[in-house]
Amino acid sequence: MSGWQRYGGMLVVAIIVVLLPLALPNNYYYDIAVRIALNAVVAVGLNLLIGYAGQISLGHAGFAGLGAYASALLTARYGWSSPLAMLAAMLGVGVLSFIVARPILRLRGHYLAMATLGLGIIIYMVLVNESSLTGGNDGMGVSGFSLFGLTLANERQWYWFASIAMLAAILIAQNIVDSPVGRALRAVHGSEAAASTAGIDTARFKARIFVVSAMFASAAGSLSAHYVGFISPQYAGFFHSIELVTMVVVGGMASTYGAVLGAAILTILPQLLSRFEGFETMVFGAILMLTIIFLPRGLLPTLAAVLRRSRP
Amino acid sequence: MLSQALQFFFSGITNGAIYALSALGFSLIYNASGVINFAQGEFFMLGGMIAVAFSALGLPLPLAVLLAIAATALAGWLLEKVAIEPAGDAEVVPLIIITIGASIFLQGLVQVIWGKGQKALKPFSGDTPILVNGASILPQSLWTIGLGIVIVLLLWWFFNSTRLGKAMLATSHNRLAAQLVGIHTRHVLAVSFALSAALGGAAGAVSAPITFTSYDIGIMVGLKGFVAATLGGLGSGVGAVVGGFILGLLEAATAGYVSSQYKDATPFVLIILILIFMPRGIFGGKATERV
Repeated sequence: MSGWQRYGGMLVVAIIVVLLPLALPNNYYYDIAVRIALNAVVAVGLNLLIGYAGQISLGHAGFAGLGAYASALLTARYGWSSPLAMLAAMLGVGVLSFIVARPILRLRGHYLAMATLGLGIIIYMVLVNESSLTGGNDGMGVSGFSLFGLTLANERQWYWFASIAMLAAILIAQNIVDSPVGRALRAVHGSEAAASTAGIDTARFKARIFVVSAMFASAAGSLSAHYVGFISPQYAGFFHSIELVTMVVVGGMASTYGAVLGAAILTILPQLLSRFEGFETMVFGAILMLTIIFLPRGLLPTLAAVLRRSRP
Repeated sequence: MLSQALQFFFSGITNGAIYALSALGFSLIYNASGVINFAQGEFFMLGGMIAVAFSALGLPLPLAVLLAIAATALAGWLLEKVAIEPAGDAEVVPLIIITIGASIFLQGLVQVIWGKGQKALKPFSGDTPILVNGASILPQSLWTIGLGIVIVLLLWWFFNSTRLGKAMLATSHNRLAAQLVGIHTRHVLAVSFALSAALGGAAGAVSAPITFTSYDIGIMVGLKGFVAATLGGLGSGVGAVVGGFILGLLEAATAGYVSSQYKDATPFVLIILILIFMPRGIFGGKATERV
């Protein structure tokens, strides 16, 4: 794969990141941009699992929630520095996901959906019930994010930091996709039986990518908690897991930039819909259904196909 | 001690009947289409809410409940026509998202029409608990369990003795072969959505006097129904019923003897353990992949 194919998209995203502040009038818009970037980190990771390896997870918000709570607790209770807490959380979530990956990823299709959904819900319930530690349904406050003694103070500073995190996530994801691991994963997606016949240790590759996507979610969870300054169990809940999967599917499966686009759409849409007071849930559900019915492959792949066809 | 156990047993089979009906709904649709319908829980919610609405209009309770079941069946049929049929042969993940979209839409719709508050339906035959050996059971629980049994028997008869039922079974075994012998498989799909919705609606209406009902009550019932269906083995009717009752009883036992806080977590811990050792549920048979 040529350098342009691999990094062209990243260059476009980087240019958008640099130019976007010219179009952002106030902190409200910066806030949305930060949320998009942080959601994109999770979506890009989850897309590796769903889009490339073809394995569904309906519980990834659980990993994001664990990352968020681990960061919150390590910084507040034990006085860890925020980057160190974030790395420790990623490591912890990585170990946990590694332990569950093998037995769970043996399952296929709807059985895998069930198991990951269950995992997410169990994490959610632990966060709700262990209220002496987590504050239960009321949630808990989280300190700001400090880097080398400097605390990110406002939306504008967060914008640059979150954007760098997003670009790093894209870079890592693209490198995985183009590596032998990525090729093996695509083979697993095509036909797992054929892949294992060709000598690919499918279980190992699936487990690896599950761990990577869980760690992406954990990192984004930590950053979101520090950014918002507050965390509640809803962040680890079933609906958030669904939102994350939806980002991947709406943007376009097996497309890293599609996942970024999906994150942007799913972050902006509720903001736009808040004008339809009382109707927002209904309209959100309808838009979700219609998008997938008419664009089952997602926005970006469909768009790309249209552009390719119109080219002479 | 014994009366306490009996008390947990009563609450377990009441919830078990609800989970069994929900699981049967999942299995019916899964058999007909290979789709896991995440909107199944919303049928439960619709059944309760519509029964409350009709009853508030002054209709007699039995009529309100029957109309609610019919209206929910219609909603299921519409869901298939409007959302599942146009999607054609989409992959598993997009289909899951479509049914989740439908579920969110239905919750939103109910919020708009009836608001966010909790609603109660009048019990079918009073609310004086019946005492049995020191344990008590509500008449409405007996209604729920009774309805569960009646519906299971009706389904048994339907799939074994009617042309439509047999056509649905044939379609679930091999869709192409069913088409070849002249079965209208699209029609079968719509009927199974309507039937699943009716099951959910019936469970929702009959348990509304016990649990109350609100726009968001369907989520957990739906997820637990999915657990029960998976527990028994997706697509297995017997498995769905057994799975539902196992789940209900286990939940009641956890609440009684272990921790009422973690009652709701029991089904999910159980299903993960079961799937690790039996990847296709209890009645799901051996896992082989057709290449």
